[in-house]
Amino acid sequence: MGHENPLREFMGITFNLSNIMMLIITALIVFLIGILASRNLQLKPTGMQNFFEWIMDFVKGIIKSNMDWKTGGRFHILGITLILFLFVSNVLGLPLAVIWKDELWWKSPTADPIITMTLASMVMVLTHYYGAKMKGAAGYGKYYLKPLPGLLPITIIGEFANTLTLGLRLYGNIYAGEVLLGLIATLGASSFFGLVGAIIPGVAWMGFSIFVGGIQSFIFVMLTMVYMSNKVSTD
Amino acid sequence: MFLDTFVLLATNTADAGFLEKLNDNLNLGDIIVTVLIFLILLALLKKFAWGPIMKVMDQRAELIANEIEQAEKSRIESKQLLEEQRNLLKEARNDAQAIVENAREQGESQREDIVKAARNEVARLKEEAALEIASEREKAVVAVREEFVSLSVLAASKVLGKELSEEDNRALIEETIAKAGDGQ
Repeated sequence: MGHENPLREFMGITFNLSNIMMLIITALIVFLIGILASRNLQLKPTGMQNFFEWIMDFVKGIIKSNMDWKTGGRFHILGITLILFLFVSNVLGLPLAVIWKDELWWKSPTADPIITMTLASMVMVLTHYYGAKMKGAAGYGKYYLKPLPGLLPITIIGEFANTLTLGLRLYGNIYAGEVLLGLIATLGASSFFGLVGAIIPGVAWMGFSIFVGGIQSFIFVMLTMVYMSNKVSTD
Repeated sequence: MFLDTFVLLATNTADAGFLEKLNDNLNLGDIIVTVLIFLILLALLKKFAWGPIMKVMDQRAELIANEIEQAEKSRIESKQLLEEQRNLLKEARNDAQAIVENAREQGESQREDIVKAARNEVARLKEEAALEIASEREKAVVAVREEFVSLSVLAASKVLGKELSEEDNRALIEETIAKAGDGQ
């Protein structure tokens, strides 16, 4: 909100150092979860292993609701990585926003449209890739002629619309959450009465934002699998 | 910011140095880093978390399948055993019933035999007793008759005052008595 991004140019390419830092932190946290879960594997799971297996089963359920497991099994790890990465990203910006020299450093990486659009585009590219790979050129081309050949322009527009909505939905939700949290925090910092007044809405909104973060990561993975099954399934 | 970028891109694409222009409006670096980090994370997760846990889950599934199979097998086995035992029990029960039945029949017939034998014995004894009584009575009658004859002779001799030899008149007297007996 009104703060600059820490943009730096390196070899003619612009980097947003805040995004890079937050992405690395997110990746580290997710990796740590994975390592902790698989550190002491047992047939009778306990603790973190249980948690991770629950996530695996959850993603498996998402995939199974869209396609049969024989086709969808290869997207399992993609779904798991996506859901963990997005959820951690969404929640990471909630507890604090660090501003250093008028540059916003600590925030949710998914509160930046560049990142969400990158992820969405990556997912869409993957769907096209797997669609072409698993069904061949003819099968892949036939996708555009369904349900009616006359709807081809709309289908093509739909592909771009899907990409755009997939990325911007996530961005909008998380960014709005952070903006409102920032406003509440500003109110809390203004005076003693402001602090008293801001505690309850702040806590409520933070809880709600965690909920939104979970829901949005779920929706992202769900839609990924829906688009994937559109391209991949052979019915 | 994002939509602006697209609009700007649309107006600028005709110019030379497309990538440079793109970079001016879009932080290409973020895109590269995002994809890179995501793919690295995906690979790491696959190697260190997903793979091993998947393996364990498969192992567990296999174990469970085995256990279920085992349980099914032992269930069938125990069912078979139960059936066997039940049959054996039934057989034993039938045997016991047959034995009891036999014993009862045998007892019945034995009882009948004993009763019959006792009845026969009683009848025989009764008959014997009757015969004995009859012969005793006959004997008693003969004895009384003899006594009576000698008494009569004695009385008659006393009355007649004359000694009659017993042997002479016995026949006569016996005849009279027999007549008297018939007359009765």
